Amino acid sequence: METVPKPSRDVPPKKNRLQAKKKKPRRYWEEETTLTAAGASPGPPGNKKRNRELRHQRPKNTNIPKKSRFSRKPQLPKKPRERRNPEPQRSLSGAQDPFPGPAPVPVEVAQKFCRIDKSKKLPHSKSKTRSRLEVAEAEEQEISIKAARSELLLAEEPGFLEGEDGEDTAKIRQVDIVEAVDIASAAKHFDLNLRQFGPYRLNYSRTGRHLAFGGRRGHVATLDWVTKRLMCEINVMEAVRDIRFLHSEALFAVAQNRWLHIYDNQGIELHCIRRCDRVTRLEFLPFHFLLATASETGFLTYLDVSVGKIVAALNARAGRLDVMTKNPYNAVIHLGHSNGTVSLWSPAMKEPLAKILCHRGGVRAVAVDSTGTYMATSGLDHQLKIFDLRGTFQPLSARTLPQGAGHLVFSQRGLLAAGMGDVVNIWAGQGKASLPSLEQPYLTHRLSGHVHGLHFCPFEDVLGVGHTGGITSMLVPGAAEPNFDGLESNPYRSQKQRQEWEVKALLEKVPAELICLDPRALAEVDVISLEQEKKERIERLGYDPEAKAPFQPKPKQKGRSSTASLVKRKRKVMDEEHRDKVRQSLEQQPQKQEKKAKPTRARPSALDRFLR
Amino acid sequence: MSAAGVAESLLALSQQEELEDLPKDYPLSPSEDEEDIDGERKHQKLLEAISSLDGNNRWKLAERSEASLKVSEFNVTSEGSGEKLVLSDLLGPVKTSSSLAAVKKQLNRVKSKKTVELPLNKEEVERARTPLEQEVFNLLHKNKQPVTDPLLTPVEKASLKAMNLEEAKMRRAELQRARALQSYYEARARREKKIKSKKYRKVLKKGKAKKALKEFEKLQKENPTAALEELEKIEKARMMERMSLKHQNSGKWAKSKAIMAKYDLEARQAMQEQLARNKELTQKLQAASESEEEEGDVEEEGELLVPDAVNEIQMDADGPNPWMLRNHSSGTKEARIQDPEQLPEPVAHETPESEEEERPGAEEEILLNEFEERRSLRKKAELNQDTKPVSRQEPKDSSSQEVLSELRALSQKLNKENQSGKQKVSSARTVWVVQRKDPTEEEEEPLLLQRPERAQTVEDLEELGKEGCFQNKEVPRSVLEGQQLERNPNNHPGAPKEKKKKEQMIDLQNLLTMKSPSVKSLAVPMTIEELEDEEERDQKQMIKEAFAGDDVIRDFLKEKREAVEASKPKDVDLTLPGWGEWGGVGLKPSAKKRRRFLIKTPEGPPRKDKNLPNVIINEKRNVHAAAHQVRVLPYPFTHHQQFERTIQTPIGSTWNTQRAFQKLTMPKVVTKPGHIIKPIKAEDVGYRSSSRSDLSVVQRNPKQLTVRHKKQLKKNSID
Repeated sequence: METVPKPSRDVPPKKNRLQAKKKKPRRYWEEETTLTAAGASPGPPGNKKRNRELRHQRPKNTNIPKKSRFSRKPQLPKKPRERRNPEPQRSLSGAQDPFPGPAPVPVEVAQKFCRIDKSKKLPHSKSKTRSRLEVAEAEEQEISIKAARSELLLAEEPGFLEGEDGEDTAKIRQVDIVEAVDIASAAKHFDLNLRQFGPYRLNYSRTGRHLAFGGRRGHVATLDWVTKRLMCEINVMEAVRDIRFLHSEALFAVAQNRWLHIYDNQGIELHCIRRCDRVTRLEFLPFHFLLATASETGFLTYLDVSVGKIVAALNARAGRLDVMTKNPYNAVIHLGHSNGTVSLWSPAMKEPLAKILCHRGGVRAVAVDSTGTYMATSGLDHQLKIFDLRGTFQPLSARTLPQGAGHLVFSQRGLLAAGMGDVVNIWAGQGKASLPSLEQPYLTHRLSGHVHGLHFCPFEDVLGVGHTGGITSMLVPGAAEPNFDGLESNPYRSQKQRQEWEVKALLEKVPAELICLDPRALAEVDVISLEQEKKERIERLGYDPEAKAPFQPKPKQKGRSSTASLVKRKRKVMDEEHRDKVRQSLEQQPQKQEKKAKPTRARPSALDRFLR
Repeated sequence: MSAAGVAESLLALSQQEELEDLPKDYPLSPSEDEEDIDGERKHQKLLEAISSLDGNNRWKLAERSEASLKVSEFNVTSEGSGEKLVLSDLLGPVKTSSSLAAVKKQLNRVKSKKTVELPLNKEEVERARTPLEQEVFNLLHKNKQPVTDPLLTPVEKASLKAMNLEEAKMRRAELQRARALQSYYEARARREKKIKSKKYRKVLKKGKAKKALKEFEKLQKENPTAALEELEKIEKARMMERMSLKHQNSGKWAKSKAIMAKYDLEARQAMQEQLARNKELTQKLQAASESEEEEGDVEEEGELLVPDAVNEIQMDADGPNPWMLRNHSSGTKEARIQDPEQLPEPVAHETPESEEEERPGAEEEILLNEFEERRSLRKKAELNQDTKPVSRQEPKDSSSQEVLSELRALSQKLNKENQSGKQKVSSARTVWVVQRKDPTEEEEEPLLLQRPERAQTVEDLEELGKEGCFQNKEVPRSVLEGQQLERNPNNHPGAPKEKKKKEQMIDLQNLLTMKSPSVKSLAVPMTIEELEDEEERDQKQMIKEAFAGDDVIRDFLKEKREAVEASKPKDVDLTLPGWGEWGGVGLKPSAKKRRRFLIKTPEGPPRKDKNLPNVIINEKRNVHAAAHQVRVLPYPFTHHQQFERTIQTPIGSTWNTQRAFQKLTMPKVVTKPGHIIKPIKAEDVGYRSSSRSDLSVVQRNPKQLTVRHKKQLKKNSID
C-alpha cells in the first residue's frame, strides 16, 4: 500500500509531543498488522460524529414508494476516509493528522471475506506446520481487511418500497410506482403489445442491457431495452420454445420446434445444432460456456459453446423434461419431473447428484437463488415450497396457493417472483439473500395475458414478464444488485471492452467436469487416492515409512543405563501406550453398544409384512 | 499380614520384658492376663497413631517392582504415569438404565396394542365389486391362495408360525433346567470319582452290594419273575467277576500277601479269604443264556453291582457314545415318552474325560427329542381339551394339521365377517376422524383411512372438478365421507383452518417427506377471478392431481432403497462348489463352507441421506473432478486437514482486490529486467567479503537482507 501524505490538521501540541516520543513499532511485514490491531479496536471518537453527518436520512413514512436506484442521490462514503499514515507527520505548516494510523475496519465486514473454516479442529501439528498455518491465517486476515476496505467502492444502495404504517405494499400498483419515480426509471416500465405471435419467453443478457424474446409462433427479437433500440427481429417460421443469450449479447440460442438454432445480433442464423432436438428449455452456464438443453425426449444435453462440442448428453429417465433451472452458485442443473422429484445434474456424472422429493404431484417450476442456498419449487399440488440446498434439502417454508405457480424466478437479491395464471406475485425477505417470507406478497401485478416467461433483469430493478399479450417490464424496487463489477458484467461497456472481456472469460473458462454440488470440495485433498497411494507405497516398500519408530530409550550415564533400567523405561512407555489404547477402547465401547442396540430396535417385527 | 505378625511378635517380646521387669509381688491372675492382652491392643493402636502422625498412614499401593510378563488392564498401576488411577476411568459406565426404560416402555406399548387385528384389516380390502372379481376371489378362497400377500399361502404361514414365542421360551427354560441338573450331577460324579480313599471305596462297594441284596430279597417277595431276572443279573455279574481273573492269586497284592502270609496272621487270613472266593467263583459252572442279554436298561442297572473296572469299560461302550445314543434315542422314542423320569439318568453317569467334547451335543439331542415329544403330547391334549383356533400347528404332526387348518379357515371366515361389519362402521367413522383430526385415532387406523380413499378415487372424480380450489389428496376422502359436508357453504370460509389440519393428516399417512415446517394459512384471498379457459384448465389439472401423487412417495422410497442397495459394497463369495465335498446338480455347498469363503467387505461410512427421507444423494465419486484435486500431501503437513486450511483462501483476482491479488501471487524472487545475473560465487555466500559483487537479485523481503548486502546494493546503485 502506498502511503499518501494527507493534509494534516491542527492538533494540540501536547499530543504531538507525546506521539513524537513514541518509538516506531517494529514490524516484520508491512503496516498491515497495525491495521488489524486497529480494526479490532473501536474507532477514534471523531469517527461517530462524522458518520452521523454523512448518513443521509431515509424518509420513513412516505406514501410514495421510493427507488434509490432510480432516484440516485450523490452519495458520500459511509466510512471516513482512510488514514494510511501510521506515523504522525509534521507537515510544513506544523499541523498534524488528528486520526493517525490506518482507519479501522469493522470486524463483521472483514469477517464476511474470511474463507478459512476455523470450526473444524485440526489434529496436532508440528511447529513447522503450525507456522505455515499461521502464515495462511495471517494472509487471510490481511486480505479480508483489504476486501472490506474496498467495500467502500460499492457506493450504490438497493432500492426499497415501504408502505405507510399498516399499508400493504402488495396493494401498490405499478402505475403508482411509475408516478413516484424519476423519469429515467419510469421509462423502464413498459409494455409491448404483441398479441399476434402468442405467449413469449424472454431472457436478459448477463449485463442486463439487452433483452431477447421469442413468441411461440416464431417471433424472435432482441433489443437494447434501455434505449429501446432494436437489434434484430425475425420470424423463424417455427414454434419457439425458449430463447437464451449466450455469454454475450452478440449470440443467442433459440429452441425451435425441431432443433436448436444459434443466431447473432443481426439475426443471422449461425448454427443449427441437430444433436439437440425438440428442446424445451435452455439454460446457459456463463463460467463454463455451457449451454444446457432439456428436451422432450428426456435428454439433458450440455453444449460447450466455446468449442461447439457436446460435452455430455444425459438421459434423465423421467420422460419429457420441461422444467429446468440452473444453480448460479455451483452451476448444477435442476430438473423438475412429473413424479414430484427435482433432480440435480452435473455433466461429469451419468446419474443425478441428488434427487429430492418435493411434491406429491408433478413439479411445475423450479428456481434457485443466486447464492445457491434456497430452491423454490411449485407443483401440481398447488404448493409453493422453499428448500434449503445446503446439504439437508429440507423444506423451509411452504405455502398453498389458490392456483399453483407455473413460473418461478429469483432475483439477484433474493426476491421470489411467481407467475400464476395472469398474475405475478413477488415475495421478499429481510435483506439480501435471505429466505423470502411467503406470508405476504411484496408486490402483485395483473397482466393482460397468461404468464409464460419470467426473468429478473440483472443490475436493474426490473422484472420482465412474457405473456400471451406480449412483454411487460415491471418495476420491482430492491430486486437487483445495485453495484456491478465493471470488469465482469458492465452494462455500459463498449464493443472493445466486450471483446476484451470475452477473451479474458474464455481464458478463465472452467472445465465442465468440475461442476459438483459443493464447489469448495475442489479445494480439498482427494483423501481416497491419497490413502490408496499410501497403501500402495507401503506394499511396494514392504514397510510403512511414516510409521512411528518403536521407542528406544536413550543411553544414560553413571550406570543408570543398565539393562534392567532400559527395559524398565521401555516398559513404562509401552504401558503408557497400552493404557491409552485401553482408554480409547473404553470410550468407544458405549458407542459400539449404541450401535448394537440400534439394530435391535430397528429389527423388523413379524407384523411388518402386513404394513403394506 | 506378615508385617502385622512381626509387629505382634515384637510386641510379645516387649511384653515379656515388661513381665520380667514387673515386681514379683504382682501375682498374675488370669483376669489380669486378659487385661494385659487388652493393653497390648491399645499399645498397638497407639503405635499406629504415632506412626500415622507423619502422614504416612496411607495404604501402600501394590507396586510392581519387576517387569512383569504381561500387563492386563485389570491390574494397572499408576506407576510411571504420574497421575492417579481412577476406577471409573478403567471401567466405562455400565450401560445406563435409561435406554432400557425406553425399550421397556416401547415394549409395554406394543403389548397393550392389539396386534392381532392388523392382518385382519387387510382382508377387508379385498372386496369384490365386479362379478369377475368375485369369481376370482372365490377361486382364490377355495384354493386357500393368498389374496393380498402374494408370497405365502395359509399353510406356509402356519408353518412359519409353528413355534410361537412363549413356546420357545418354555422350551428354552426346560432345556436350561435340564442342563443345570446335568451339570450338577456331573460335578458330583466327578467329585466322587476323585475320592482315592480305599476305605471309602470298600464301604461303598459293600453298601451297594448290601443294597442290591436287600432289594433282591424284597423283589423276591413281591415279584418272583422280576426277582428271577435280577438273579440272572447277579449271576452275570458273577460271571464277569470270574472272567476278570481277579482272585487267582496272581495280582501284585496277592503275591505280596503270599510272602507275608508266613509271618502275618492277617495276611494269611486275607489270602485264605481270597482263595475261598476264588473257589466259590470257579466252582459253579452254569450256562448263561447269551440271548437274553439286553443292552440298554439292563446294563445300566447292572453296573451297580459290577466292580469298577468292568463298570468303566461298560461306560465306554454304552452311555456317552454319541452314535449309540442317537440311534438309541431315535429308536426308542416311544418307550421314552412313557417314562419321562428316565431322562436325566444318562446325564448322571460319570464321563471319561476323553469323550467330554462329544457328549454335550449328544445329550442335547436327547433333550431336544424329549422336549419335542412332550410338546406334541401337550398339543394333543390341548386339542382334545378345547377346540380353540388360536393354537398353532405342529409342522411334523400331520394328523393334527388337517384339523387345525380346518379350524383356521373357519376362524378366518368368522373374522372376515366381523371385519366387513367393522369396516362399514369405520368408513362411517372416518368422516368424523377427518373432521376431528384426532391424532391418536389416526395412528391407530392408518390402513383403514388409506384404503377406502384409494379405492374410490376414480368414482369421485366428478366431484373433484366441482370442488374448486381445494387440497388435492384430501378431496376424495372427504367426498367419500359425506357429500353434504362438502357442499356445505360453511366449509369454504373455514378452508384455511381445515387445510392446515389436513396437512397434518398427510404427514401422518406418509410418515415422511411431506411435513412442511411452516404452513401458513391463506391470509389474503387472491384478487383474481378466473377466466373461462383458465377454469377449464384448472379442472384438467385437478384431474391430473387426483391421478398423480399417492404412489409418488412409495415409488421414491423404492427408488431410494434400490439406490442404497446398489451403493452398498458387495461381499465376495469365493466358494467353489464341489470342492472338498460332493458336487453336482442340485447340491449346494454347505453353509459352513459358504460362511468360511465369504469375504465381507467392510461397511463404508454412513450415507449422507441416511436421515433425509425425501432425498437420494449420489454417493459416487466424481472421478473427473478428483483428477483436479490434490492427491499428495506436501512436506511439512502430516494431515490433509492442515493442508486444506492453507489453501482455503482463494488467490485469484476474481475474489480479491487487485493489491491483495498481487501480493498473494508475488513470486519469491523478483529480478529486474535488463540486469545480468551472474552465477553465484563463494564470496556472495561465503566468508570473505569481496570488494565488488553484482547483486541484482532483490529478495522478496528487504528486511531479510543483511547489512552487508544492503551496503553492496547501495554501492551498486551508486555505481
